[in-house]
Amino acid sequence: MSTTAVATRRDLRQRFRSMTGVTKNLKRKQLTEAIFFWTFRILSALVVAILFLILGFIFVKGIGVINWSFISEMPKEGMTEGGILPAIVGTLCLVAGSMLFAFPIGVMSGIYINEYAKASWYKRFIQIMTNNLAGIPSIVFGLFGMALFVNKLKFGDSIIAGSLTLGLLALPVIIRTTEEALKAVDKNFRQGSLALGATKWQTTYKVVLPIALPNIITGMILSIGRVSGETAPILFTVAAYYLPRLPHSVHDQVMALPYHLYVLTTSGTNIKASRDMAYGTALVLVLIVLIANLLANVLRRYFSKKVKMH
Amino acid sequence: MPKIETKKVNLYYGDYHALKNIDMQIEKNHVVALIGPSGCGKSTYLRLFNRMNDLIDNVRIEGDVLIDDKNIYEKGNDVDALRKKVGMVFQKPNPFPKTIYENVAYGLRINGVSNKSFVEERVTKSLQQAALWDEVKDKLKKSAFELSGGQQQRLCIARALAIEPSVILMDEPASALDPISTAKIEELIYELKKKYTIVIVTHNMQQAARVSDETAFFYLGELVEKNDTKEMFTNPKNTRTQNYITGRFG
Repeated sequence: MSTTAVATRRDLRQRFRSMTGVTKNLKRKQLTEAIFFWTFRILSALVVAILFLILGFIFVKGIGVINWSFISEMPKEGMTEGGILPAIVGTLCLVAGSMLFAFPIGVMSGIYINEYAKASWYKRFIQIMTNNLAGIPSIVFGLFGMALFVNKLKFGDSIIAGSLTLGLLALPVIIRTTEEALKAVDKNFRQGSLALGATKWQTTYKVVLPIALPNIITGMILSIGRVSGETAPILFTVAAYYLPRLPHSVHDQVMALPYHLYVLTTSGTNIKASRDMAYGTALVLVLIVLIANLLANVLRRYFSKKVKMH
Repeated sequence: MPKIETKKVNLYYGDYHALKNIDMQIEKNHVVALIGPSGCGKSTYLRLFNRMNDLIDNVRIEGDVLIDDKNIYEKGNDVDALRKKVGMVFQKPNPFPKTIYENVAYGLRINGVSNKSFVEERVTKSLQQAALWDEVKDKLKKSAFELSGGQQQRLCIARALAIEPSVILMDEPASALDPISTAKIEELIYELKKKYTIVIVTHNMQQAARVSDETAFFYLGELVEKNDTKEMFTNPKNTRTQNYITGRFG
């Protein structure tokens, strides 16, 4: 009788001990979980905070000089007065020009790599080289652009030389995103189309591309952002230090926002006097990129709706 | 003359010998079921007839595949024209992300047919043939993805019918569908065989028994036995066939 009672008590104690062990274990697991969760959460908040800090800083510093005459007039008084219209127009021209060149070529290359090229050393070679192209510093693109477009092909310092150079810079991004966008299209769609007697091109054009287009446009957005902010590639190919008139043709030189910003900050006629204008220029540049992104997003939405996925 | 005939067909994926010396004849307006365990080569065999195997790198094919007495693997043969004649329905319903109407019209559009009333007529007829018309006639402009899986599969059948093939290949067309949708597809096959020659791959023995006139049993890349379906299921000649259809392996 008593032995059973003792056994039961020991048994209970044992059970209790193992149970506290479980709770301890559970608590430790919850703690680890909480630590990781909060680490990730705080770090991602930090990223957003940095972004807002940059944007806020530029906004606060730059908003003071922004008014209609700032964006609609030529620079005056050694760029310490007046506006930045030629730089805005110049940057828009360069973005448009580079996309006109890089978007079709990039998309077509992406299509070739993903839809046509068979798994071979040649395909691998193209892919590796595309990645390498993305890794080349932009100043090297600038030098190359100067050597090829400005000097060898005798375009001179011009919108066309600058656009082509920027286009080269944008190419790898567009090729890669096109490739990824096409890869994400289910192969069942392709087989369904081919099985109906469609050619590869019909299949690509009528079925695959419409599905991939929204993601391809994302690639374009990314490259527009990159191209509009680049200074090095335009330095030797198109950008003018001071040119208070609008371009008449693609053979003209233009001012451009990033370079203008650089000039106002480091090598203007009166750096102190133009400091505020530099911030204004930065703000305009950021706004242009932002608006381009928004527009491209509208485009993206439009094309996703056109494809009847739902 | 058989509608489809293969003579000593061998197929290799690289070094892997996937089809071994297959001889078979398929009569016009017959339904032939291809059965066998996974990896036995039945889908590969099916895809010979519309040359879908060509899409895979490193495939090598030997022997003759004749449709209407013409070797479809002959050099210079137009693959796209072949695929118009030999339609295909896939395992997973794969309608395009287009409207119901445009899905069916797709085959006509890629062939350059633009006459609006003609396209409309053909779309209607194909949807009727696929027993889908009553369910979709009021929402032809809606996305094909709004349809249920079974409806999507019948839409894919309508899509194949729209270009008036003479052979229809079906690769486990009902394996992703519920029993009711499956029954509808099977009824449809029964209707379609009046006009078309149908080759169907299936894992479902009852389905093979229900829909087909003839059944061919594949095992490890070989054609073990092909016979009248009734005969095959009641009195299989080969013990491996018997073991498979009674569920002892596979």
